[in-house]
Amino acid sequence: MNSSKINRIKDNAFKYFGIACTVFGLAMLAIFLGNIIIEGIARIDWAFITNFPSRNPDKAGILPALVGTLWIMGLTAVIAIPLGIAAGIYLEEYGKKSKLATLLEINISNLAGVPSIIYGLLGLEIFGRIMGMGGSLLAGASTLSLLILPIIIVSTREALKAVPSSIKEASFAMGASKWQTVWHQLLPASFGGVITGIILALSRAVGETAPLIVIGALAYVPFVPASPTDEFSVLPIQIFNWISRPQKGFAINAASAIIILLMVTFIMNGIAMYLRNRWQKKVKW
Amino acid sequence: MNKLDANNVNVFYGSNKVIKDVSISIKQNTVTAFIGPSGCGKSTFLRLFNRMNDYIDTFKMEGKIEIDGSNIYDKQIRVEELRKQIGMVFQKPNPFPKSIYENVIYGLRIQGIKDKKILDESVEQSLKQAALWDEVKDKLKDSALALSGGQQQRLCIARTLAVQPTVILMDEPASALDPISTAKIEDLIYQLKSKYTIVIVTHNMQQAGRISDKTAFFYMGELVEYDETKTIFTNPKQERTLNYVTGRFG
Repeated sequence: MNSSKINRIKDNAFKYFGIACTVFGLAMLAIFLGNIIIEGIARIDWAFITNFPSRNPDKAGILPALVGTLWIMGLTAVIAIPLGIAAGIYLEEYGKKSKLATLLEINISNLAGVPSIIYGLLGLEIFGRIMGMGGSLLAGASTLSLLILPIIIVSTREALKAVPSSIKEASFAMGASKWQTVWHQLLPASFGGVITGIILALSRAVGETAPLIVIGALAYVPFVPASPTDEFSVLPIQIFNWISRPQKGFAINAASAIIILLMVTFIMNGIAMYLRNRWQKKVKW
Repeated sequence: MNKLDANNVNVFYGSNKVIKDVSISIKQNTVTAFIGPSGCGKSTFLRLFNRMNDYIDTFKMEGKIEIDGSNIYDKQIRVEELRKQIGMVFQKPNPFPKSIYENVIYGLRIQGIKDKKILDESVEQSLKQAALWDEVKDKLKDSALALSGGQQQRLCIARTLAVQPTVILMDEPASALDPISTAKIEDLIYQLKSKYTIVIVTHNMQQAGRISDKTAFFYMGELVEYDETKTIFTNPKQERTLNYVTGRFG
C-alpha cells in the first residue's frame, strides 16, 4: 500500500471518529431533553408559574424562584456590565504598557477558571458578612457579578481587538482623543461582540446554584421578593430542593422547572445570536 | 518661510535605528514626494509629522520637527490639536463604518460642533473639494462602505479637508486603487496644492514625477537626496538616486 492510500484511510478514520464524537454529545443532550420534556411538560400551566411553593406537589409553583431569577439577572447585569466593559476597555486600549496591566491580565484569565463555589465563599464573607447584606438579592447578584466579570472582560477585549487598527488610526489622525475613538468608533463597531459576551455571561449566571446556596439563598420562599434587600430563591435552587424530596410529584415539578429554566437560557442565547448576526451584517470591513 | 522643518532627526524602534540624521525643509503650498524602496523609512518619517508613531511601544525619537517654527514634539503641544492642523490620508482607504455624511463631519463632531448648518455646509464644501460631491450628493445617508475603493479614498480626503488642516500627509494614497481612480486622486492633489502643503509617500515614480514639486529619496533610513523633482529624475547628484530612479535597483 502506498502512503497516499494510508493517508486517505487515516483521513477517513478521523472523519468518522469526529462524527461519532459529535453525535455522542448531541445524543446525550437529546436524551436528557427528551426525558425532561416527557416528564415535565404536562405539569406546566399558568398556575405552576404563578403559584408559591407548597408541601403539596400538585399545588406547588415556581413564582418566587422565577421572580428571584429575573431579579438576580437584572441586578447582576446592572453591576457586572459597566464594570466589565470599563475594565475591558482599560486593559485593551489604555493599560497596555504597564506591568500592572500585565499582572491584571494574567489574573483575569485565571479568575475565569476559579470554581464557582469559591466565589460563593468570597461573596458570603465580603458581601454577606462584612458589608452586611446577608442573604439578600443584592449579595447574590454581587457574588454572581464577580463570577461573570472575567467572561465579560475577556469578551469585550476580544470584540475591541477585532476592530481593524486602520479605523483606530483614522480616528486618531482626525484629531480624536483616545476616549473619543473608543466611544465613537470602537464601541459601536464592536457592539455585537460585546453584547454577545454579556448575554452568554448572564445566562451562565442564571444557571449558577452553588455560590447562591453558599451565601444563603433560601430553598423555601413564601413571598415574591420586592426589593434588592429581600431574601430570595432562584430556579436552580428550587429545582435542587424538589429533586431531593422523596415524593414522585416533586420530581415532576423539578422537570417542569428545568424546562422553564432552559427556556430562559435558550431565549437569552437566541437574543445573543440574533444581535450578533444583525451587527455582523451591519459592520463589514 | 518653511511650513515644515525637520532637523537632525533620528528614530529608533527599540535599538534598531530606522531614521538616520534626516534634515529636510518643506515650503508652503508645495507637493513633496518621498520615494525609496520598501523599508527605507519613508512612511515612518512621514508619520513623524502628525505623531502617529507615538502608538508604537518601542518608538523613540531624537532631533526636532517643527511646523511654522514650533516644535511638534514639545510637551506643551496637544497632539489632538496638532492633528487638526496636519491631516493624514492612509494607504488603504479606511472610511468609518458610518454614513458618508457622518464620515465627513467626524472631525467637526469630535470638536463638539453641533450646528446643522455648519455641518451641512462643511459636507458639501469638503466633498466638492475632493471631487466626490456629484457622485454622492443624493446618497449622503448611505454607508460609506458601499462606495468603490477610489470613492472611499476621496471620501477619506474629504474627511481630512473638513477639519481645515494646513498640511496633508498622504501615505501611498493611490497604491490600492485602479489607474482611473489613481488619476482622479492625482488630479485632486494637483488642485489642493493651492491651499495646502502636501507631503506624499509613493512607490510609483511616475506618480512622483507627475505631481510633486520636490522629491526626497530615502534609502536605508537615510535621506540620500532632496531636490526639485525634475532634477531628481533627470540629473541627480548621487549615484544611488540615479540607480533607483532609472530602475536599476529598488
